[in-house]
Amino acid sequence: MDASNPLAAPGRPLTASRVRPSRRVADRILVLASTAATALGIVVLGSILLMLIVEGVKGLTPELLTAPTPGPGSVGGGIANAILGSLVMTFIGIVIATPIGLMAGTFLAEYGRGSKLADIIRFLNDILLSAPSILIGLFVYTMMVRPMGTYSGWAGAVALAIIATPVIVRTTEDMLSLVPSPMREAGAALGAPRSLVIRTITWRAASAGVVTGIILALARIAGETAPLLFTALNNNSWFNANLLGGVPNLPVMIYQFALSPYPNWQSLAWSGALLITVTILTLSVVARLVIKDQRAR
Amino acid sequence: MTALTQPIALSRDSGAARTAPSKGADRLFQGAAYASALLVLLVLAGILGSIIYGARSAFAEFGFGFLTSSSWNIATEQFGALPAVIGTVAAAFLALIIGVPISLGIAVYLTQLCPGWARKPVAMTIELLASVPSIIYGMWGLFVFAPLFARFVQVPVSNLVEGLPIVGTILYARIPSGVGVLTAGIILAIMIVPFVASITRDMLDQIPTVLRESAYGIGCTTWEVVRHVLVPQASISIIGAIMLGLGRALGETMAVTFVIGNANRLSASIFDPGSTIASRIANEFNEADGLQLSSLMALGCLLFIITFFVLIIARLLVRRAKVA
Repeated sequence: MDASNPLAAPGRPLTASRVRPSRRVADRILVLASTAATALGIVVLGSILLMLIVEGVKGLTPELLTAPTPGPGSVGGGIANAILGSLVMTFIGIVIATPIGLMAGTFLAEYGRGSKLADIIRFLNDILLSAPSILIGLFVYTMMVRPMGTYSGWAGAVALAIIATPVIVRTTEDMLSLVPSPMREAGAALGAPRSLVIRTITWRAASAGVVTGIILALARIAGETAPLLFTALNNNSWFNANLLGGVPNLPVMIYQFALSPYPNWQSLAWSGALLITVTILTLSVVARLVIKDQRAR
Repeated sequence: MTALTQPIALSRDSGAARTAPSKGADRLFQGAAYASALLVLLVLAGILGSIIYGARSAFAEFGFGFLTSSSWNIATEQFGALPAVIGTVAAAFLALIIGVPISLGIAVYLTQLCPGWARKPVAMTIELLASVPSIIYGMWGLFVFAPLFARFVQVPVSNLVEGLPIVGTILYARIPSGVGVLTAGIILAIMIVPFVASITRDMLDQIPTVLRESAYGIGCTTWEVVRHVLVPQASISIIGAIMLGLGRALGETMAVTFVIGNANRLSASIFDPGSTIASRIANEFNEADGLQLSSLMALGCLLFIITFFVLIIARLLVRRAKVA
């Protein structure tokens, strides 16, 4: 081998001829293994998408979006009620979470900067960010479903809001911290009170990033199933406008139908799964493009 | 929401913000920010408080025996946490064993080996794995992965190890259906990979290029640069990233519920069905009442303690990891 005699091939690059075989082998293994790991990740994502397309596309009929979920063992039907229920609960969840998350993030980045309290809240918010969502379901069950005596869309929306809030707090704070301090100082030098500086200067400079946080939160809660199991439950008919009782929603519908013995239900679950995954992946891609745009500026 | 963003829109369009808010409005704004931040504290305390409150009768009835008992009998109202706790820890541990090397490989690939043009699309693809909802992983695991796993892993391995000591127990599938603790571990591994990989990649990217370049300059191979320069520099953050992945694996519910088989008994084989705390709660909560409901809450309490302990350590190690 070349490596045993370093002078054998003077014209070749050093790495090929002078590296001891054991070192070269270790290097090759690393290169191969890490390339394989990355390929594996891509293959899994591809396989998931392929599965959803193969199983889900055949159920994509106009009826899917207009008819409510059918009873067990029947034919036809759609998932319109579940889509609508999911939209309503996700929307209410985001409407609750956005102002709270925005203000809390503002506190961490502006008023609380450097204070002990802000440090603690920032730390606990990061923990809440990765807390198991099923625990949030248990919390909302105890706080809302038990006292109200019924499952409700409100409880579902609150559970989703609790999951969305830490995401918004975190991105808002990160984005506000990127705004250079001289901009705030310039505002203050003009005599603007602090709230005005925050609203008209920092928020404005960070607006794209804050919106990204909201989109990320939306993507996060749109597919959440565990916290809805004990709060909104599910229902096979249209829901009441007061959102009381079980409210149909996509994730729990998918869970129940996919594990049911009825082919029609399974097919509806696949179509729902395709819709929800495509929606969430689109939201995530959009959010990342907005972030990139923001950083480039 | 509209009330909060309107001032931005107004000030952008016209000079509406020229009149400064009064001192009272300024205070009000600061108060709202303060209150919102405190709400985060309150919610976390509320979660712990409500779960302990719900679990009080189970703790009163079983005491510490709840932790060590492995019975889960609804008829006789005897409940113990041991099988679910062991299932949770076992599935999460398997997820780490499988997922961590893959995550590190991806991070090394993205920071060291990937050609420039492919870095962003590949990184994005890996990160998209993190946004796939867990219920979709559950369906993929049950309908795509489990049949393949049963046919190509469980059956051959079971035949191979049958009758052998120790491995013949741990790796023997009585009913090779594809679902079980190891399947759950593999699915969890796939779910934590994007998190651990993207945090590790960020940490590797933060290491000054000079260090890397000087190592390459004295003739190190990529493996030696990774092993002796990058890993020692980022080791604490990498452990933190792994702990974050562990936190996620411990509390993951839907995907595990699909593939773990939901058996209430303990089994020595990782091919056999089991259950985790989260899957037990998801399966039984809606039909539970009385002492069973309280016992499920007590399980939730244990999960809270385990995950928060892990997450606190993780967050202390990785001060600022990214959101998604």
